[in-house]
Amino acid sequence: MNQPDEAPPPLHYDDALVAGVLKDVRTIAMVGASPNWVRPSNFAMKYLLGKGYTVIPINPGHAGKEIWEQAVYAELGDAPGPVDMVDVFRASKDAGGIVDRAIELKDEKGIRVIWMQLGVRDDAAAERARAAGLTVIMDRCPKIEYGRLFGELGWCGVNSGVISAKRTKR
Amino acid sequence: MDSKNDMPDGPPEFGFETRAIHAGARPDAETGARVTPIFQNTAYVFENAEHAADLFNLQTFGFIYSRLTNPTVSVLEERLANLEGGRAAVCAASGHAAQFLAMFTLLEPGDSFIASKNLYGGSITQFGHSFKRLGWTCHFVEPTPEEFQRALAEHPEAKCIFLEALANPGGLIVDLEPVAGIAHDAGIPLVVDNTLATPYLLKPFDWGADIVVHSTTKFLSGHANSMGGAVIESGKFDWAASGKFPGMTTPDPAYHGLTFFETFGDFGFTMKARAVALRDFGPAMAPMNAFLTITGIETLPLRMDRHVANAQKVAEFLEGHPAVAWVSYAGLPSSPWHTLAQKYLPKGAGSVFTFGLRGGYAAGIRCVETVELFSHLANIGDTRSLIIHPASTTHRQLTEEQQVAAGAGPDVVRLSIGLETAQDLIDDLEKALGA
Ligand SMILES: Cc1ncc(COP(=O)(O)O)c(C=O)c1O
Repeated sequence: MNQPDEAPPPLHYDDALVAGVLKDVRTIAMVGASPNWVRPSNFAMKYLLGKGYTVIPINPGHAGKEIWEQAVYAELGDAPGPVDMVDVFRASKDAGGIVDRAIELKDEKGIRVIWMQLGVRDDAAAERARAAGLTVIMDRCPKIEYGRLFGELGWCGVNSGVISAKRTKR
Repeated sequence: MDSKNDMPDGPPEFGFETRAIHAGARPDAETGARVTPIFQNTAYVFENAEHAADLFNLQTFGFIYSRLTNPTVSVLEERLANLEGGRAAVCAASGHAAQFLAMFTLLEPGDSFIASKNLYGGSITQFGHSFKRLGWTCHFVEPTPEEFQRALAEHPEAKCIFLEALANPGGLIVDLEPVAGIAHDAGIPLVVDNTLATPYLLKPFDWGADIVVHSTTKFLSGHANSMGGAVIESGKFDWAASGKFPGMTTPDPAYHGLTFFETFGDFGFTMKARAVALRDFGPAMAPMNAFLTITGIETLPLRMDRHVANAQKVAEFLEGHPAVAWVSYAGLPSSPWHTLAQKYLPKGAGSVFTFGLRGGYAAGIRCVETVELFSHLANIGDTRSLIIHPASTTHRQLTEEQQVAAGAGPDVVRLSIGLETAQDLIDDLEKALGA
């Protein structure tokens, strides 16, 4: 009852890979960003802006408006300037189309990373993205991973899995 | 094969002893202080108004006010989550407060749950009487898989199964694995009070439990100097698939319409227990108690090894004594729970157990009054050895029938074996039994 019938094996990503992505990217296109402040995408966008990332919200229903003072665009191709990472905040069934669009735009926009949110996973799309030379992370939240790897998540009692006798760097 | 090769890109797998010392406690970023500082502090300055708003909305991680989070307490929370192999933890002022936080987060008014009959006497009172006044009904059952199954058939609306895997006071062990399966088939979580075993002896999550609660007052802090409790979630229970927990999966009016499971995923239960139950009822752990408990946990593996070695020697001595009718310690081959102990507690069956005196109630009272080295008091999990006659103390509020059902009948004496020289403990008991 707890597990869906054909649950794929859980994904594992090396901490160094995830930390490397979070240190490397500066501009994130967030596909499915919501203007409603109780939605998880709105939470994540606010947090990432606070950490110094440029976040470009992509949402056709709100194109031309602003979320957290950032202009909303209808689709990935409309995002101005370079995009380092595409963060997919849509249901798994919609992820494939977004990934294919990101692959098309990869050279034009300089896209290097596809990140699918917690609960979002499309193994076939991930395979296509990897074949196109992109780094893929699925079923994770960049806000939670940032907090986990840079020492903030433990503040609310979460097991970061980080064991170290070195001083935390802020 | 080297276990590290099994997980080529996994994080380094540190051992329990290493994690008991280091988990959650990196050196302080500002000062480099090696020991976790005691943040004896109530409130935290915001960077600006927007930062304040983000914190209140749970949009960023950080400290607002020590009723919710405190930097010393959060080190203990992360350490406990790590040692249990769970996702996240929230601490509370006592074990009872932790049980309340867990149940308030699981239950709606009018809900019911199923609990083992063999619990700490205070938990039986909390569940049976005080929870009833909040509109929650507890159905107590014999803690066997068959009885849990039967109770769920009779009460299909029940929202969780609660049990002590290694029970206080009787040394009884519950067959966790099938019970977890029964709970999951019904779409409800298994909640385990792991106070007596600690994660060093038993990890309930490995056997399918979904939530673990602790009285950290006992073996975790270990020196009888700090009250405390904790709720830990495995992060594996799918609240949405269950369909029985609208409080986790629909917008919460107590938090401006936030949906905890969707927003925080596998630590949503802990976030809700903190942001609603702890915020609104307030049983926060004191930073000083968290500090003492963190220090205690650093030696947990060493202490538990000695606790169980001493308990085994004392139990064997008592079993051979003519004044003793029976000894209920799962480390003894005579125990009906010996086989389960080998499965679930291979490092030892804890150090709290009971024995029965042929002389009944009067002999029990005489024994607790005659010992010199054992402290006669109502606690367990101290460095010192402790003794009590439950029928006249901890289980006094129960009927004789309930006392017997809880393994605390009139002839029963409970011991919590400490870290002294085992022979000294045996000599002390020998004198008291001969008296
Ligand atoms: C198994 C068990 N659970 C819970 C509790 C309650 O813990 P506290 O006294 O910290 O509230 C106790 C206390 O004896 C206990 O033994």
